[in-house]
Amino acid sequence: MGIDTKSRATRPASFALADFAAPTGREEEWRFTPVADLADIFAGDLAADVVVEAPAPPTPGVAIETVGRDHPAVGSAPAPPDRAAAAAWAATRTATLVTIDATAADAVTAVRVIGGDGSWEPRASAVHLTILAKAGARGTVLLEHAGLARLAEGVEIVLEEGADITVIAVHDWADGSVQAASHRVRLARDAHLKHVTAALGGALVRVTPHIELAGEGASVEAIGINVTDSGQHHEAQLFVDHAAPGCRSRVTYKGALIGPLARSVWIGDVLIRARAEGTDSYELNRNLVLTKGARADSVPNLEIETGRILGAGHASATGRFDEEQLFYLQSRGIPEDLARSLVVHAFFAELIDQIGAGEIEAALKTAVDAKLDQRRNNYL
Amino acid sequence: MTTLEIRDLHVSVDTPEGDKPILKGVDLTVSSGQTHAIMGPNGSGKSTLAYSLAGHPKYRVTRGTVRLDGDDVLAMSVDERARAGLFLAMQYPVEVPGVTVANFLRTAKTAVSGAAPPLRAWVKDVAAAMDALRFDREFQERSVNEGFSGGEKKRHEILQLELLKPKIAILDETDSGLDVDALRVVSEGVNRAKANTAVGIMLITHYTRILEYIRPDFVHVFVAGRVAEEGGPDLAARLEAEGYDRFLSAV
Repeated sequence: MGIDTKSRATRPASFALADFAAPTGREEEWRFTPVADLADIFAGDLAADVVVEAPAPPTPGVAIETVGRDHPAVGSAPAPPDRAAAAAWAATRTATLVTIDATAADAVTAVRVIGGDGSWEPRASAVHLTILAKAGARGTVLLEHAGLARLAEGVEIVLEEGADITVIAVHDWADGSVQAASHRVRLARDAHLKHVTAALGGALVRVTPHIELAGEGASVEAIGINVTDSGQHHEAQLFVDHAAPGCRSRVTYKGALIGPLARSVWIGDVLIRARAEGTDSYELNRNLVLTKGARADSVPNLEIETGRILGAGHASATGRFDEEQLFYLQSRGIPEDLARSLVVHAFFAELIDQIGAGEIEAALKTAVDAKLDQRRNNYL
Repeated sequence: MTTLEIRDLHVSVDTPEGDKPILKGVDLTVSSGQTHAIMGPNGSGKSTLAYSLAGHPKYRVTRGTVRLDGDDVLAMSVDERARAGLFLAMQYPVEVPGVTVANFLRTAKTAVSGAAPPLRAWVKDVAAAMDALRFDREFQERSVNEGFSGGEKKRHEILQLELLKPKIAILDETDSGLDVDALRVVSEGVNRAKANTAVGIMLITHYTRILEYIRPDFVHVFVAGRVAEEGGPDLAARLEAEGYDRFLSAV
């Protein structure tokens, strides 16, 4: 384990906390993360200060239950990929299980993961959610994170054959919050997942979606957004595992750094295994660095074990404003500050429009716009 | 009555090899209601003239003046030039993903006229202009220039010309890449703008084909960064017959 582990195929994953040493920051998967800020989470022995609130009654065709860790659906996704995820699992006694069956209307189920109100010091805590989409199920699950927390979160997303769901995780924590979220996803044959994460709040938000395309013809569309201010560290480490033939993945992550000490990290690992013939894969990361001193790391990584694929590509671009876009808008009389504002808002609007869930899209746009506007003096 | 007066304009562009002079003393006057065709071979500086007048940061004016009704255009920012009444229909319009055509047009109109247009009249004006340029209404919900075909990009430039109603418009190779039908639609739009607002036009083109649809009052032949010859519409006919060779061999 550690920096000598080059291939994602050989990187360890385990449900046992003891299988992961406490990270030092030198490991490949931790080298961009301020690991000292996660020491209490790595230590294990996590509390349950963070609560999961589900709507009652849930939408027809959707069941939301609190179940023991021994429930067959819980722990059925890939194993935890790092110490924080294993610590969350070790602390899990009960899980929130969201089951969507084929009779479900294509509706939104909103689940809230809530920290403290700031009146007490949050302890390192764990929650575990399992989202199970039964064969042929349709629907959307919105995971909203708010309040003050220090959280190790496990989110399992399991799609049975032909299921087609959207999962949207919005991380809008209060200032000072710390979160390590492990999304572990398995898709069966012909299943389709739209997976969205948005990091807006908190001091440290690290999300590690591990998406296993396990059944032939499965597809995933992964969308990520971060709007990162001074004093915030927003990190996404994706692993898309093409383990079956004829699968498709599209990864699009966009971030804006709006304060001088803002920090973002995007790592996109795509593994196309030998048996995954006919794979079609593309990943894109774009970062707008809007102030001096901010830093965005962007590391796409593609491993291909078969030549018989349709396509595999990646693109990464980090920069300031597109001067040609500003010129075009200004040449129509639009003042420079308004042109900049248009371009920044449009940078995200274009991606949010792809989520395709009306009210959630609108709410997310509002939240993103509000955060961008808070720091408009930094970039206009 | 508006007049754009270009005098002894010298413009350089930054290249990796250093400063490269492109325009070497351009003199040109365009007034309301007039159409000037600027013709010339590739690389003669036609597009540099267009982008310099619009204020593109890549080009640096090293000598000369540009005045719009006496006001110093070169002292204005890009957006100030547009608000003063200049318009550039670009050869390669820029994609702005996430900004819808509707939002873009309304924002630009508000900027150039100094106040938001009355909603009902604006909706009607946009619809009429879009119909005339053969756009579907759904086009308004698309992102500016993103995924547009070559013809759509050019028609979208002319849509802006008709709606923003500038005093002087520079059309930079608006005809390039258009088939005959698209060329006719675009030309009709330009002629409507001329008829409705008496906009003065600088029509930059490599070919004489568009001049069959948009009749110039004056023709200027651009060679090696300056005007080499000027005349009436008959000069375009001569260029059609003779090509640019005789100018190039004289350089």
